[in-house]
Amino acid sequence: MKFTLSWLKEHLDTTASLDAITEALTDLGLEVEGVTDPASRLKSFTIAKVIEAVQHPDADRLRVCKVMTDEGEKQIVCGAPNARAGITVVLAKPGDYVPGLDVTLSVGKIRGVESHGMMASERELELSDEHNGIIELSSGEVGQKFVDWLALNRPEAVDPVIEIKITPNRPDALGVHGVARDLAARGLGVLKPIADVSVPGTFPSPIKVVIAPEVAEKAPFFSGRLIRSVENGPSPEWLQKRLTAIGLRPINTLVDITNFFTFDLNRPLHVFDAAKVKGDLHVRPSAPGEELLALDGKTYAFAPGTMIIADDQGPESIAGIMGGEHSGCSDETTDVFLESAYWDPIAIATVGRALKVNSDARYRFERGADPAFTQKGLELATQMILDLCGGEPSEVVTAGAIPDTTRSYALDPARVISLVGMEIPEAEQRRTLEALGFRLEGDQAFVPSWRPDVLGSADLVEEVARIASLTKLQGQPLPRPQAGVPQPVLTPLQRRESAARRLAASLGYNECVTYSFIDQPAAALFGGGADAVRIENPISSEMTHMRPDLLPGLLAAAARNQARGFMDLALFECGPVFAGGEPGEQDLHLTAILVGNTTPRDPYASRRKVDIYDAKADAEAVLAEIGAPAKAQINRKLAAWWHPGRAGNVALGPNALATFGEIHPKVVRHFGIKGTVVAFTVRIAAVPLPKVRTPSRPALALSGLQAVERDFAFVVDPQVEALTLVNAAAGADKALIERVTVFDQFTGLEGGKKSIAITARLQPKDKTLTDAEIEAVSAKIVDKVSKATGGVLRG
Amino acid sequence: MSDQSDLISLRQSYLDRISGAADADTLEQVRLAALGKKGEISGMMKELGRMTPEERQTRGAELNRLRDEVDTALRARKQGLEDAALDARLKDEWLDVTLPGRPRPQGSIHPVSQVTEEVTAIFADMGFRVAEGPQIESDWFNFDALNIPPEHPARQEHDTFFMARAEGDLRPPHVLRTHTSPVQIRAMQATGAPIRVIAPGRVYRMDMDQTHAPMFHQVEGLALGRDISMANLKWTLEEFCRAFFELDEVELRFRASHFPFTEPSAEVDIRCSWEGGKLTLGQGNSWLEILGSGMVHPKVLAAGGIDPDQWQGFAFGMGIDRIAMLKYGIPDLRAFFESDLRWLRHYGFAAGDVPSVAGGLSR
Repeated sequence: MKFTLSWLKEHLDTTASLDAITEALTDLGLEVEGVTDPASRLKSFTIAKVIEAVQHPDADRLRVCKVMTDEGEKQIVCGAPNARAGITVVLAKPGDYVPGLDVTLSVGKIRGVESHGMMASERELELSDEHNGIIELSSGEVGQKFVDWLALNRPEAVDPVIEIKITPNRPDALGVHGVARDLAARGLGVLKPIADVSVPGTFPSPIKVVIAPEVAEKAPFFSGRLIRSVENGPSPEWLQKRLTAIGLRPINTLVDITNFFTFDLNRPLHVFDAAKVKGDLHVRPSAPGEELLALDGKTYAFAPGTMIIADDQGPESIAGIMGGEHSGCSDETTDVFLESAYWDPIAIATVGRALKVNSDARYRFERGADPAFTQKGLELATQMILDLCGGEPSEVVTAGAIPDTTRSYALDPARVISLVGMEIPEAEQRRTLEALGFRLEGDQAFVPSWRPDVLGSADLVEEVARIASLTKLQGQPLPRPQAGVPQPVLTPLQRRESAARRLAASLGYNECVTYSFIDQPAAALFGGGADAVRIENPISSEMTHMRPDLLPGLLAAAARNQARGFMDLALFECGPVFAGGEPGEQDLHLTAILVGNTTPRDPYASRRKVDIYDAKADAEAVLAEIGAPAKAQINRKLAAWWHPGRAGNVALGPNALATFGEIHPKVVRHFGIKGTVVAFTVRIAAVPLPKVRTPSRPALALSGLQAVERDFAFVVDPQVEALTLVNAAAGADKALIERVTVFDQFTGLEGGKKSIAITARLQPKDKTLTDAEIEAVSAKIVDKVSKATGGVLRG
Repeated sequence: MSDQSDLISLRQSYLDRISGAADADTLEQVRLAALGKKGEISGMMKELGRMTPEERQTRGAELNRLRDEVDTALRARKQGLEDAALDARLKDEWLDVTLPGRPRPQGSIHPVSQVTEEVTAIFADMGFRVAEGPQIESDWFNFDALNIPPEHPARQEHDTFFMARAEGDLRPPHVLRTHTSPVQIRAMQATGAPIRVIAPGRVYRMDMDQTHAPMFHQVEGLALGRDISMANLKWTLEEFCRAFFELDEVELRFRASHFPFTEPSAEVDIRCSWEGGKLTLGQGNSWLEILGSGMVHPKVLAAGGIDPDQWQGFAFGMGIDRIAMLKYGIPDLRAFFESDLRWLRHYGFAAGDVPSVAGGLSR
């Protein structure tokens, strides 16, 4: 919303400076987004008088002038044809910045003659495009500031334009009068009342207005009158300047008046050329197939039932939003029908959104115009039309009734003080509300008709606090909920999330944050992409479905990084995945991928391709970090995007805590990644929390007896799993065998067989083992392994 | 009877042989010759038994002295020979210490995670718990419960993403939460008042340009009690900004504004300077908007199941990505979500760099 300072002063009697006004506006919640103050560029210029002008000795077109200035007589060389003795001019001195030239002046020599400044043209001061000569003023004293002269003689040239942002709850501030009311309440001047005008009609309006019962709730009140024998044409200069200053294009007097009322008093109006209207004006739902060429030059096809204004020929206006081209007013208009109506905000918003049509009228009606001002606005506009265009007004025709918005809420001054935390005396609270137009009766505050946003006592608090100034609010310490050391605030799951993330980073992965929505084909590759997780209005075709997994985002990131030449990648993300479209169908994953080599090349030949055992080790490290039990099973119940033979789950029964392995080559190809990708996903929330939380550890049981390690190598079939072998060996004597680990594997033996070497650590509890006892356990191990795997001890 | 002179020359001869021994073997032979079982000095000591007590006393003391002296010299020489051998070996054991160490991958934490933990650390110290809520949210939690009825103009300003509805499902469509504010309602419903929570997380708006991404991060704050005021809100935010931006002084400006879920509402600006095209917080003559806040609207309290006549308090919401950009000088929001390795390494944080109130937030 834009207005000029002089326009504001039409409504506010004030001596406050521009700075004071803009600061107050921002503080009041009418945030100043910009101020254009022409005077700020013209501050340094003063008025001077030419005493003498003689021909320059060396240049035909230049004159050497003696100029009387506030600093005495100066010599100035001037090329303007009108430079002559006796004229009053605008002086720019050395050191002054001339905006139209983008130059800071200095004392110069022009063809050998010294010149102390310049006399400016209109264009040089950016006052107009005039550049045929220097400015000649009809009045003004030597030494007077030029901006002061302008303020007196050409105020519009130094009229600052102020642009403010209006929050959606403040329709009353969408007119200059409402802005002035806020400033007056703050104490920055006195609000000038709106004149009470009533123009009697001299004849019945030939055009009647009718509201169809189907739209009675959307169009509570419609009024208008005909004014005949008007003379339309360009509006007067003051009105044109007012509109152009805020970026509106003057059209003709009748249209300019409606625009003026929109911005001056927040009262959108419409003018129909009465000669083009056939029959009466009906506010009614549109019939199938109806459309309208509107004043913005676009044709709007109405969905059946859209609220429109129509005459006997069909639609003439998108009610409350925009008039039609056909019945618009032109210079030829002689009879005008002036409309002032009150529309239901929701109805206007709905139509405006459906038709995708924006206008200043829609903007105001959908936020809420002052219903009680509908008729007063009609009378004031009638008066202005009569003043500017002449003519003769009919009686007013109306349909419907102004809705009664009378309501009141209790003002509790103590509660205001408690909520805001500021000592605002009761009398000041009451004064504030009255200044904003509230009527107080006892503790009840009656809300003015222009404040549809005030709907409870809390809104009264806001009004009082706003006018009292939140900028002045002093902070007061918020005591801790209890004295002493603060309690921990994270849930166990939140702690795990952070721990998992930091562990992944310490393992060498770079954390990514990728979008929660991905494209449908990618989502489908990971078991998602169903309609339940589809976004109805996606911002792009790449972001249509909520991600079922973190892998697609990371794989796409890997492909982008490969394209930039980074071939060895370790990336992870910790974030939400979506199993369905209902709130809560959301899980927390940590997923990491490895691509390329483990490390860059080095002199020690450490470099090798990443493989699934890297991913497995990292998955287990993350699981351990977040407290997963060490004894988990490995299974191969895998989703389709994993390599069927090179991936596994770390599981507790049916509960897969993590998956690790190689990504299916088809998936890798889909993302355009070179090489294989290994990955792991940890389902953080699937890891069970300890049943009892205690910082205490179980006692450490140390045996003083020597442990014994025995190595075994078994030859087994190629697809025998090491874990089967290890579990069999460990089961040979659960009391004695503390640990079994695989320390070697050798494939490609005769018949495709492989050798797996394990070491078993025997920890005696009560006495040192004899050789015979060790031999007995060893034999049991060989026997168990052989039964479980068919493996034989390697000779 | 022997006199001392034989011992003097004997001593000298062994000391010479010891110092002349060039290796451990030669030295061992000298030791055996002098102090071995059949050694010369050992032999002389055996003869002491045949002497008179007086002779034995004198001769014994002299021989003991001689034996100790030779023994000490032998040990010293042995040590010397060993040291020389080690020195010679170490001279050959030279490695190029300028070769690089074995490479270790360098992981990193994303600024969004880091800053979320910083914010959490500060508010934890003031007694705020961390609350969470779903990102696909019902329109009731995202809007209605926050005093934004269906036709409220604020709904349009939220640029909401809607979830598709199956045919025949007549419920209003769910939304991707447009702010973290619905977590306020869920937290109130879960625990009632008094309550202090923050709720960091992803939010979504249909907006994409130089300074907007369709997904970003917010942190919501909520504090309810019997007499928590807007002045407490201002103090809390001042304390937060001072701690978060690691400044000695901050100045905040509250400006009246409008949010449907708070009343009164204020936008909060922080004093800053743009001198030389560089943003400096805490000083200067400009103001930079950093967050929105206000006193929780009675209707919002009621939606959370809390009696507005008994409880009052404040709420605020700010952009995590935005304050990360301001604090760490990160220029472009969209780059947060592009996973460019160069960006992740440059703006990321070390795994061990855990922010805490005790240790400081940033290194």
